[in-house]
Amino acid sequence: MKSLEELKAIRDRMQGQLASRDHVGEQDTRVVVGMATCGIAAGARPVLNRFMEEVTKRELHSVKVVQTGCIGMCRLEPIVEVYAPGQEKVTYVKVQPEMVARIVSDHLVGGNVVTEYTIKD
Amino acid sequence: MREISLHILDIAKNSVRAKATLITLGVEVDDAADTLVFSVKDNGCGMSEELLKTVTDPFTTTRTTRKVGLGLPLLRTNTELTGGGIEITSTVGVGTLVKATFGLSSIDRMPLGDLSETVITLVSGSPEVDFVLNVKRGEQEFCFDTAAIKQMLGVSVLDEAEVLQYLTEYVRENIVFIKDI
Repeated sequence: MKSLEELKAIRDRMQGQLASRDHVGEQDTRVVVGMATCGIAAGARPVLNRFMEEVTKRELHSVKVVQTGCIGMCRLEPIVEVYAPGQEKVTYVKVQPEMVARIVSDHLVGGNVVTEYTIKD
Repeated sequence: MREISLHILDIAKNSVRAKATLITLGVEVDDAADTLVFSVKDNGCGMSEELLKTVTDPFTTTRTTRKVGLGLPLLRTNTELTGGGIEITSTVGVGTLVKATFGLSSIDRMPLGDLSETVITLVSGSPEVDFVLNVKRGEQEFCFDTAAIKQMLGVSVLDEAEVLQYLTEYVRENIVFIKDI
């Protein structure tokens, strides 16, 4: 059973590491998930949570997973945008939770865009 | 929407946009009355009477990028399909309360879904906002208050992924009495 006392203990243990990663900023990669009505209805919530799980599991401290409103192409939701420093923005469309692990391993860790998940011409 | 919890997430996002600093979510399963009621109460900017009259019209929205807003109209339809409905009360400068009632045993009622993930998604999306979750079913109750957790941890925002993941599991374990509703 999870308890808030245990949470406090975990956080106290983490505090040392946390201090060092709070001020990264510029060099962060941002993973932006569209979470307006369109995104939520299309299944963005589990996608967002899979990203948070993967990023935590792999301890990718320079990756920030954030939410935004409607990105503007509702029929392609769930949409995930990746902003990596010094690179062009990459837009993944119709993202499903099972696609997340590969985006994290190939793109966020390996630096190779998963082109088959991006918008096709 | 596939889950009632996704509606809760969507409606609570309206409260965030209304610049609320405290958002209270209530979920009550009443087996005797055969209802499932959720409420989203905020201390945001509120709505004028004119806006309130048209707010469940899909062609009403406060956003400026386009002229449709589907959150409340979809919720209204989904409650009415189960014999329920929505009530909205709002005062400019004070806040808004949205209450949605579903027929619990209606075949058209979608499942409640992952309420825990909804709450933590809201917290991670707006770490500076305080959220309260009250869940009730008969004698069983659970209350979750992010302000109390922030105070206990000595932080002003809850934005660390490890902490949020722990809290997702913590909430999930404590609301098993409404699991699979």
